[in-house]
Amino acid sequence: AMAEQKFRVRARALVCVFVCVVMCGCGRDDFQEELVIRPLHSGDIYTSFQFRTLWETDFTRENKVSHYRLFPKSLGQVISKFSVRELHISFTQGYWRTMQWGQPYLPSPPGAELWVWFQDSLTDVDGTWKELTNVLSGIFCASLNFIDSTNTVQPSASFKPLGIGNVTDHRFLRYATLPREIVCTENLTPWKKLLPCGSKAGLAVLLKSEKLFHSSFHSQAVHIRPVCKDDQCKTTSWELRQTLNVVFDLHNSGQGKNEWSLFKMFSRTLTEACPVASSSKIYIDITDNSQGEQFELSPATPLLSQAVVLGDRRTFSVYDLTQQITFGTMRSLNLLIRGKSSDMLRPLLHAERYVAGYGLQTGEIHTLMYNNHPYRSFPVLLLDSVPWYLRLYIHTLTVTSKGKDNKPSYIHYQPSKDRVRPHLLEMLVQLPPNSVTEVTLQFERALLKWTEYTPDPNHGFYVGSSVISSLVPSIVAMDTNNSRERPLFSSFFPSKEESSYFVRVYTEPLLVNLPTPDFSMPYNVICLTCTVVAVGYGSLYNLLTRSFQIEEPSPGLAKRIANIIRKMRGVPPL
Amino acid sequence: MGLLSDPNRRRALISLLTRLNTPICIVCYMAGVAWFMGLAFEPFTLRTYMSENAMGSTMVEERFPAGERALATGREFSAHKKRTGGMPVEWLMKTMQAKGLEVFTQRFSRTLPFPDENKERYMVRGTNVYGILRAPRAPRTEALVLSAPCSPGDNNNQAVGLLLGLAEYFRNQIYWAKDIIFLVNEHDLIGMQAWLEGYHHTNTTGTFCHSRGGSIQAALSLELSSDIITSLDLVLEGLNGQLPNLDLANLFYAFCQKIGVLCTIQGKLQRNDWDSVSGYSHAVQTMMLMVMKQASGRPWGDHGLFLRYHIEAATIKGVNSFRQYKTDATTIGRLLEGMYRKLNNLLERLHQSYFFYLMPSLSHFVSIGYYMPAFGLLAVILLLRALDLWVQLSTPPQRTEDGVTDIEPVRGVLSLLTPLVISHLTGVALYMLPIRFQEMAVEHFPVSETEAVVLTAIAVYTAGLALPHNTHRLLSGEGTEQGWRVLKLVAVLYLAVLLGCTALINFSLGFILALTLVPVAAFVTPHVPKVLSAFILVILSPACTLLFSVFFFQELQEMPISFQDGWLLFLSVISQGILDHSLYGSLVYPLITLLVYPCWLLFWNILFWN
Repeated sequence: AMAEQKFRVRARALVCVFVCVVMCGCGRDDFQEELVIRPLHSGDIYTSFQFRTLWETDFTRENKVSHYRLFPKSLGQVISKFSVRELHISFTQGYWRTMQWGQPYLPSPPGAELWVWFQDSLTDVDGTWKELTNVLSGIFCASLNFIDSTNTVQPSASFKPLGIGNVTDHRFLRYATLPREIVCTENLTPWKKLLPCGSKAGLAVLLKSEKLFHSSFHSQAVHIRPVCKDDQCKTTSWELRQTLNVVFDLHNSGQGKNEWSLFKMFSRTLTEACPVASSSKIYIDITDNSQGEQFELSPATPLLSQAVVLGDRRTFSVYDLTQQITFGTMRSLNLLIRGKSSDMLRPLLHAERYVAGYGLQTGEIHTLMYNNHPYRSFPVLLLDSVPWYLRLYIHTLTVTSKGKDNKPSYIHYQPSKDRVRPHLLEMLVQLPPNSVTEVTLQFERALLKWTEYTPDPNHGFYVGSSVISSLVPSIVAMDTNNSRERPLFSSFFPSKEESSYFVRVYTEPLLVNLPTPDFSMPYNVICLTCTVVAVGYGSLYNLLTRSFQIEEPSPGLAKRIANIIRKMRGVPPL
Repeated sequence: MGLLSDPNRRRALISLLTRLNTPICIVCYMAGVAWFMGLAFEPFTLRTYMSENAMGSTMVEERFPAGERALATGREFSAHKKRTGGMPVEWLMKTMQAKGLEVFTQRFSRTLPFPDENKERYMVRGTNVYGILRAPRAPRTEALVLSAPCSPGDNNNQAVGLLLGLAEYFRNQIYWAKDIIFLVNEHDLIGMQAWLEGYHHTNTTGTFCHSRGGSIQAALSLELSSDIITSLDLVLEGLNGQLPNLDLANLFYAFCQKIGVLCTIQGKLQRNDWDSVSGYSHAVQTMMLMVMKQASGRPWGDHGLFLRYHIEAATIKGVNSFRQYKTDATTIGRLLEGMYRKLNNLLERLHQSYFFYLMPSLSHFVSIGYYMPAFGLLAVILLLRALDLWVQLSTPPQRTEDGVTDIEPVRGVLSLLTPLVISHLTGVALYMLPIRFQEMAVEHFPVSETEAVVLTAIAVYTAGLALPHNTHRLLSGEGTEQGWRVLKLVAVLYLAVLLGCTALINFSLGFILALTLVPVAAFVTPHVPKVLSAFILVILSPACTLLFSVFFFQELQEMPISFQDGWLLFLSVISQGILDHSLYGSLVYPLITLLVYPCWLLFWNILFWN
């Protein structure tokens, strides 16, 4: 059955190529797949899948693109219909533990995150954004339709386009997070369907949900952006990157070595590359293992590759799945890693956030940003988007590092409007070397209308992660004595591309309790108060304001006339 | 209401109330006490039931296997504790790290206002160690806490051992949806206070916590001092008489039933013979103990301080007595595992069940709707008395027709205001002086600081009795009939509001105060026999109430004490009350000194009115 299936896939691919080349003649497309496995210092294993589809076409031109080969049609239609220039969406379950795991290759906040740059020709950005979120909600089976004006912001500096293009007017940018979004198989399946080989062949066969969700961290993302076609950059291609990051918890209470393999992690082994892929590789980070004492790999590979990743020079063992020899005589690849955990360098930048105080009236948001670099300071951009029901007192904003006031050089603040839009706070803060910078902001908890509470109001309300974007001085540049392997003349001035690298750190989301009425008996309460007010108040008011006297029965007509006459005479009445 | 707006009927009703005032008051008092005593009668109470659906129907299997290993860890902990002569911070950090937790420490230091002789501490320095078990695929928004105190001597080693054993076991489970914080706190409540303040960044008695797990949903504190126990005792009473949600108690009870562990509350086992006299008196004792503990306003376990932060918490104490029925550490571990798994399943904070309740046994409870009438019946006496006085004051005295004028209004106000101000100043003195003057007292008298504080408090209290009862005469001359009536009206209404507010926050305290102060307020006039009344008034004053409560509490705990020991205990209770106020912010001491005592002085003032 396996062979038959393989044959079918290949046949389909061949037919596809043939049809495409003969009949359509539109732009070339290309598909690459890649898996990076990195044993973490905590003993866990970080696996990162990347699938990249590149298509030389232009979605913005007049006549619509109608023939799709490798690029998923559903996304292509979204790009052309909604004038999308760049789209980034991620679904994450769990929180990336920077202090234990270091920096991830692709950071993402817990829950769902979506940010989109629209074409500058678009007039109704908000309406398009609303439609787009609803369509994406359908494509990814997620609650993205809950994105509305109350959780959408337009960051002025934190999210710049990653593709080509020089429009940076943030009117065309929309950013929203749903910290509460829970990611599970129903999001993974549509994500896998976007791949040219589905989960039938190539690296994607490893993506079995029962194992992927038996992990410490799970994050899947889709990034679409225009990139240069060639060096001249006269025409653009569209790049679709699908990424999936998983951290497997390999905690072992014993002191012995961990032993893990592809089969143990994914309950699958690899037998082939995706037939339509131009490149299909597995990289294993063996930097910490240069002498081979930390862990061992089997089967071993002669291919090595070096790259500067996140400011650090890393060495990778490479397995090329397009080469038959990789699979050996068993015709299946089951990488085996035996290793033990070790200590790690503290990450240069990390952050945490919490709510201080108690009670249901006020509170204070504390954001701590750590610069662990021994001697370099660097600036960070902090983005905070807080829902309107936390009423921020912006005058209480303090930024302190090392006990001193640290004045941000740039502040962009947009106050919230009740039930319309959230607070947006962006700041450029310089972090002194080896320091903790604390940003505090007081808030008051709003009392919602009773229909505005969620079905589980006592759970609390989420505030999305802060985003900290920064160019961090790299470890490579820090290592000034590292001249053993490099020629001396190359290391005097730090080279530009290696001296710092871009990092985005997300803090944990917050769970804030708002004053919540007791919903168990609203009916009773309404009835009781209405009755008490109607009956009790009226009567009591009467009792308190009136003076009561016994009324004499009214006198007869004769007596009244007599009294009038007596009054005229000046005699006391009867 | 129609009844009241008809002047004739109104007059009739009022005259009925004034004529029968004293009998009605007596009946109300009796009814209040009887109602309260009836609360412990089982047919009148409700059975506890789990209100929270997330904890009710879910099936949980307990599999904790490593009780013996946990005890071995406990012994190791005890050895290291002895070696370091305090908290073995290094060892704890290493052990927790080895078990796969993220470990952090928190240092704190605290200087007490005066030395605590019970626990022999004055300048306290310590370190809390906590390890966070990160839930897989959870974004650090919610957490549960399991804590065990690092106590001096050989106490609670088993609790720490079991805590570490559970940490190791929990670490290997995949189902956690909330982070679990394992906390070992030094110097019991002071350490816990420092940790909570550090976690919530509310004060500066210690360093701030370095890492957090989001908002804490529930916490359990474990106290275990023997390898084998006979029963588990649940402690609920927290700071200022706050109680955790009843579902937490229900959860504990449900698991004790499921696993087959004897469980007690107030150290009293549940009995089934509610229809016998001894069974009923057992229930009354249990409930009374709860009332006494709640009224004291102090935290009766390390959990007590969590409640301020709206974190449902309880202390579970292992008791080793001479019963036949023994339970080992594995079973307790399984019980805790089950409780944490159910708490882990919570979707919302515990809020479904009652926050205000009394428990005559672990399976029965009295909700606020049932116990409030007991207090209401007592409070109604005050209102009736006030009505009576109001009527007396508003019907003009016969003599005015004869031309004898009343005192001018300024004097009336002064005669009212002077005692009010002076008695409150006495209250302020009682609140401030003991701590302020401890140094001076130590210099001049052969007493320790603690004794100085307590004796100053008693001295100010007694001096207050002598001081204010003639003060109004300084300004307004002879006291008049009218004068004491107005003063009493004010005092009675003041007491009603005071007790009403207290009972809403801490029913037990409000009820006990009402029990003693309401008769005083009801009967005192300048015309009753002076000596006898003064004696009764002193007997029913707040300080004597406290003294009796001490003896009564010991009696309830089946540990009767001699008068000498009782007196010493009384002194130490006062010092503990002052310490609780300055360390944890307990409100009982300021409430008594600043409000209740001045209010009582007003009645004292009325007695000596002339």
